[in-house]
Amino acid sequence: MRFLSTILVALRALRRNALRSVLTALGIIIGVGAVIAMVSIGNGAKSQVEASIASLGQNIVSVFPGTSTTGGMRGGWGSASSLTVDDMLAIREEVIGAVAVSPEIRDRTQILANGLNWNSQISGVDTNILEIRSWTIAEGAMFTDNDVRSGAKVCVIGNTVAQQLFAELDPIGQTLRLRNVPFKVVGVLGAKGFNYFGQDQDDIVFIPYTSHLRHIARRQFLNSILIQAFSPEHMPRIQQDVADLLTQRRNGREPDFTVRNQLELAEAATATTKTMTVLLGAIAGVSLIVGGIGIMNIMLVSVTERTREIGIRLAVGAHGRDVLLQFLTEAIILSVMGGALGILLGIGSSQLISTLNGWPVLVSTPAVVGAVVFSAAIGIFFGFYPARKAASLDPIEALRYE
Amino acid sequence: MSAVVQLEEIHKIYHSGEVPVHAVRGVSLSIDRGEFVAIMGASGSGKSTLMNLLGCLDRPTQGRYLLDGIDVSGLDRNQLADIRNQKLGFVFQGFNLLSRTTALENVELPMLYGARKLSSRQMREKAMRNLELVGLGKRADHFPSQLSGGQQQRVAIARALINDPQILLADEPTGNLDSKTSVEIMGVFQKLNDEGITIVMVTHELDIAHYCKRNLIMRDGRLVSDVRVTDRLIATDELRKIQEAEAAAKLTA
Repeated sequence: MRFLSTILVALRALRRNALRSVLTALGIIIGVGAVIAMVSIGNGAKSQVEASIASLGQNIVSVFPGTSTTGGMRGGWGSASSLTVDDMLAIREEVIGAVAVSPEIRDRTQILANGLNWNSQISGVDTNILEIRSWTIAEGAMFTDNDVRSGAKVCVIGNTVAQQLFAELDPIGQTLRLRNVPFKVVGVLGAKGFNYFGQDQDDIVFIPYTSHLRHIARRQFLNSILIQAFSPEHMPRIQQDVADLLTQRRNGREPDFTVRNQLELAEAATATTKTMTVLLGAIAGVSLIVGGIGIMNIMLVSVTERTREIGIRLAVGAHGRDVLLQFLTEAIILSVMGGALGILLGIGSSQLISTLNGWPVLVSTPAVVGAVVFSAAIGIFFGFYPARKAASLDPIEALRYE
Repeated sequence: MSAVVQLEEIHKIYHSGEVPVHAVRGVSLSIDRGEFVAIMGASGSGKSTLMNLLGCLDRPTQGRYLLDGIDVSGLDRNQLADIRNQKLGFVFQGFNLLSRTTALENVELPMLYGARKLSSRQMREKAMRNLELVGLGKRADHFPSQLSGGQQQRVAIARALINDPQILLADEPTGNLDSKTSVEIMGVFQKLNDEGITIVMVTHELDIAHYCKRNLIMRDGRLVSDVRVTDRLIATDELRKIQEAEAAAKLTA
């Protein structure tokens, strides 16, 4: 009960000088608002990057030819052409936890169809590429395992290719000529849009990898092997198993491949946004400190102004601790209310920025909780010195103060 | 042992500047329950310092102070605060009310500190009773700025009595009041004293001192005189005289 009456007394004291209280809390309000807004914008950017990467497929471990893995850096293309279909089959057979494995053979070529032509990427893949890379079929169907076995000349085209070559026509059943080899369109992929790297993901044609090797490819090597892992926790282990398996298959030769974990890719991409968020948050945090100094300043003025009042309270029996608690409570109420208003301001302004600029925003609960705790801490820290000064006043001197 | 206050060779020396100030030099004093004492003296005589010591706002440099049988000369800051809360009541020259607080809340103030055993409703009732005792029951929700000097001092008296103290200490209680209001306030004190409350007040006005029952005079930090008041003034009578004089003035003017 003493606690409640202390809060009531403090609230009453703050209300007596309402304008001054608001102006003092303004520092905290703006500081917290800025932190919340910056962190929300940063989180929004990060989640957008993460979503972009996730749209490439979940839990993907990729194998590329080239130099060995050294913390994520791989050598350029064109060096060792070294991944084979047998490598891919071995991984499929022997690596535990590999839910789906598909090869990828890439070539860029001119496509002729319907009297038009278009330059696009041809990818030779297995049927499970849909689940590995989270693609959907919008029209028609994916080619079958039989097609892969027989090396059938069938293809599934991306939305952009469909638009460029067939426009209003139904692409299903039409024929594309890839390096002068006719392929029948059996399906159209669902649209995916541009990816994080700025590439049009719908500008693609999938054909069975067997057909690619037989009719299109100039070399019998794969550009990559994609492995979908059972779960994110298994990825590092699978990464290691694949590397060990391929090394073993090279029989002591120099390892000429790179095994990459999708998580590494995501982390590298989000590292920038993370740094940006932390930096912006820190700058906003500085303004919080300034707000705290403002509170301390005003509390000191308040204590001096109310010297007589403190003297009266001490004279009628207040302990030093009672006076300390009273003024500390005032400081904490100021900072916590400032924090609460700041959170509202932060959420509101980040929504406004989001609407105006089209940036995504994500208000994180830990940031909000952190803001409340931090603003209370500021109140305690910056309010303590003035409160202690008040508590140590001598009642006789205080009563004499003009 | 009905001595409420027992001072034994009390000294107070201040070391604020270069030269130490010996404000109180060996004062010994005994005040019984129910007394009505005025301490007089010129400026610098040490009467205010003695009052501060009596009120446990300050500690003696030397000597013993027994308040209601308890030796308070060696208590620490918090213990003295509790003594002030439970056993003493203060009335000041400048009233010292909290300015943006109602009369009722002002009277309640001492009950907020110390050992709290009353509910907020009980506190409010007790404060109301004290205000009625001093004749301000109808002004409980007024702010000090809405009250006259005399009314403010009466609120202060009500506040001083709220925890049923052993002594009421008043430091120049009529200093800021006009002559008629001063008599009214002395009337309040006399009424309280008639009901058994021990009162010790400091004043430099002789006529005010004559409303009390015992007069002490301090000079240079020592008690030089301690007499019973013989030609005591009674406030109710004096007020009547003033009213008659005012009425007469209206008739003739």
